[in-house]
Amino acid sequence: MAVRVQQQAFDPGAEVNAMHAANAGVGAVVSFVGYVRDFNDGREVAGMFLEHAPGMTEKALAKIVVEAEQRWPLLKVEVLHRIGTLQPGEPIVFVGVASAHRQAAFDGCNFIMDYLKTRAPFWKKETTGDGPRWVEGRHSDQQAAERW
Amino acid sequence: MSVEVVYFARYRELLGRDGERLEGDFENVEAVRQTLLGKGPEYAVLAEQNLMCARNQDLCRLAEPLADGDEVAFFPPVTGG
Repeated sequence: MAVRVQQQAFDPGAEVNAMHAANAGVGAVVSFVGYVRDFNDGREVAGMFLEHAPGMTEKALAKIVVEAEQRWPLLKVEVLHRIGTLQPGEPIVFVGVASAHRQAAFDGCNFIMDYLKTRAPFWKKETTGDGPRWVEGRHSDQQAAERW
Repeated sequence: MSVEVVYFARYRELLGRDGERLEGDFENVEAVRQTLLGKGPEYAVLAEQNLMCARNQDLCRLAEPLADGDEVAFFPPVTGG
């Protein structure tokens, strides 16, 4: 399991390929990549700043991954989340889950994203034409996490 | 006892500080929150219904018990991913 919180950009393709490298037992890799959109909540978004809680962030992500590993037979899990200033079109988050068969990988990836959205201490602040604004938590994300 | 309170994101901005140290007897996280709310209207943001909190860098409920030297964090709902 690896959890990375970093400012630098990453290559989603390279991350996916690394999921099954050196493990021929991996039969399925499911990945999720989240990107910065150029439009949100009725406003054009020129950029974004991602704040996090140093120390707590890594701990929270690791806890989510451990819980996923307890629920499904996963062979490898990678969670990468960016912080700092981001531009529209840039990837924000990568979650990769490898398993022998597809269902565990699909479910594990879905679960990790739902939990990350509601339990990992990141906060988005968007730059819009009206100035900066904090993105508000969504009830639908809360509901998505409650189904597991 | 003493607890170290920290704030993040919108709360940090509205309160104009990263955190503060509080001295007193705090049974749980809620007692810390009530003490802060009692300090003045500038702490009103801590009354938000969807406030989240953590004890020693682990998410917790307001009923979470505290010990001397604990760190308590208050923050708005998270929006990563």
